[in-house]
Amino acid sequence: MAEITSPTVATSGLQGNFVQTRKHVDVPEGLWLKCAGCGEMIFRKDMEENLHTCPGCDHHFRLSARQRIKILTDDGSFEETNASLVSRDPISFSAKKAYKQQIAAIRQATGSCDALVSGKAFIKGRPLMLAVMDFDFLAGSMGAVVGEKITRSIEKALADKLPLVIVSCSGGARMQESTISLMQMAKTSAALARFHAAGGLFVSVLTDPTTGGTTASFAMLGDVIFAEPKAMIGFAGPRTIANTIRVELPEGFQRAEFLLQKGFVDRIVPRRELRSQIARTIDYCGK
Amino acid sequence: MAKQVKRKAATQAPAHKTVAEPQAQAVESTLLEAETLALRAGPAGMALEFEKPILKLERQILDLVQLQEQKGVDYNTEIRQLRDNLTSLLKKTYQNLSAWETVQVARHPARPQTRDYIDLLVTDFDELHGDRKFGDDLAIVTGTGRIAGHKVMLVGHHKGRDTREKIACNFGCAHPEGYRKALAKMQFAAKFKLPIVTFIDTQGAYPGLGSEERGVAEAIAVNLREMALLPTPIICIVIGEGGSGGALGIGVGDRLAMMEFAWYSVISPEGCSGILWKGSQNAPDAAEALKLTSRHLKSLGVIDEIIREPLGGAHRNPRAAADAIERYIDRTLRELKPLSAEKLTDTRYDRLRKLGADTIEVA
Repeated sequence: MAEITSPTVATSGLQGNFVQTRKHVDVPEGLWLKCAGCGEMIFRKDMEENLHTCPGCDHHFRLSARQRIKILTDDGSFEETNASLVSRDPISFSAKKAYKQQIAAIRQATGSCDALVSGKAFIKGRPLMLAVMDFDFLAGSMGAVVGEKITRSIEKALADKLPLVIVSCSGGARMQESTISLMQMAKTSAALARFHAAGGLFVSVLTDPTTGGTTASFAMLGDVIFAEPKAMIGFAGPRTIANTIRVELPEGFQRAEFLLQKGFVDRIVPRRELRSQIARTIDYCGK
Repeated sequence: MAKQVKRKAATQAPAHKTVAEPQAQAVESTLLEAETLALRAGPAGMALEFEKPILKLERQILDLVQLQEQKGVDYNTEIRQLRDNLTSLLKKTYQNLSAWETVQVARHPARPQTRDYIDLLVTDFDELHGDRKFGDDLAIVTGTGRIAGHKVMLVGHHKGRDTREKIACNFGCAHPEGYRKALAKMQFAAKFKLPIVTFIDTQGAYPGLGSEERGVAEAIAVNLREMALLPTPIICIVIGEGGSGGALGIGVGDRLAMMEFAWYSVISPEGCSGILWKGSQNAPDAAEALKLTSRHLKSLGVIDEIIREPLGGAHRNPRAAADAIERYIDRTLRELKPLSAEKLTDTRYDRLRKLGADTIEVA
């Protein structure tokens, strides 16, 4: 049998795809950019003022964690926590590149310490704990820092009786921390088990992409699961699947709409409605 | 769903036919148990590269034993000498396995699997099928039985031995229904305070169309959440391959142990090589980098204990491997059973909670 690759190969399959998408997105800094959805040239400022969606076709461009927090939370309400947690490179990973140097370079380039920004925030006046994954940092992959920050967010939400919102945008568990990364799936899920048992509200927001160990842990454990239109959501990456089963994948496979149809997402929520949708859900649950 | 495949008694070890088998039986009384098993398991084509000198030596011993039988000449001194050599060669080889060699041992075609261990160490095993939602995934075996006298619910990946069985259980790569079946049986166990023992042995959850359509990520995620709070002791043992989320999906518990030559990682060496080198050719380098051996994971604090394998690996002596597992389970259940459900789940949470905590710092 063909080698069955483990799920984080999702990351590999995906990274290839993303590089292409990002070429479009990153033509950047120019006044104009080509929409990855409709292929039209659009005015960058229009796109940005439109919450980073295409004014023509509503294509949702990927957001960095900071951009997401800015458009999702009430102005000036976000208080970041655990901002400076960094990985100590638990297994001294070095294959082709040394992980330590890799993170150092990315930290310098992005100004972030790792692939998740978390803190307390308000959305339409409702207080909550918010954690947002950052795809710009090693494909939003989850290692010990991401796992720890998510767990602390859950525990803080539990202690302060706040609703919890996690916005996922991740290629999965981080290869360079191997089993330590894998165990973050168990750790975050265990924290959510306690949070659920105590009656906490967890709104999981899936954005493009949410795959691998992220999907197979906290992202799929929301009381409600919202997804942005056309977001790629899955466990194994499409390339891995195609290589394993050697069949062409159906149109729209692993997109948000596909998951909605299969019963794994509660609602597709366009970006412009996300704030009010979250506020309404919080109110509805009396949180 | 595929029908269940009838299996041969696994105590006879994986039944691979070898030309030498009839002769082997004839001289069995004079052969050491390990040698006999090695003979059964060891057609040359199946030997791992680094095992070949070992096999060669075993052949020599066997030839001498046969010669002694046939001709009535006393070769005992020589045989004893060769056996000593064999023991030290086995020790030398297996003490210094590289990460990649360990992965190969974990995948050895003759390595005992979940159903072998069920035959070897579970009494009164009643297999329970199905997830009550979609089907019965034979990549994960579930059922009740006794281990060292303890009533347990056993849950384990099973890869299959011959082609028919491998196909029936999808090479141990479970679909969502496998994880849901495991959860259903574990919840049943928890209700009646039956301890749960899981045997992990998979390259990963199956990356296919149906698997995604039926929500394999959700199935694994729910298992992680639910296993964290099940009010009954849970012991997880990686018996062969621990391939990422597919392994973890039945791997959350009070104790995590690994067989000495098992591997456990977030990604297979081939997958890691594919990402970094665009092909599986660097899998040996990836295996080294991923720190996936029991020794590494013990020092990282990811696992609680290494279960020693018999000299030359579990495939050389499944009986001894099963005994070691049985002793571990017995001892651990004696520790865990007296604990209250609350104490158990609190300690379980603390155990999970600190995973990776010492691998981060404030910049």
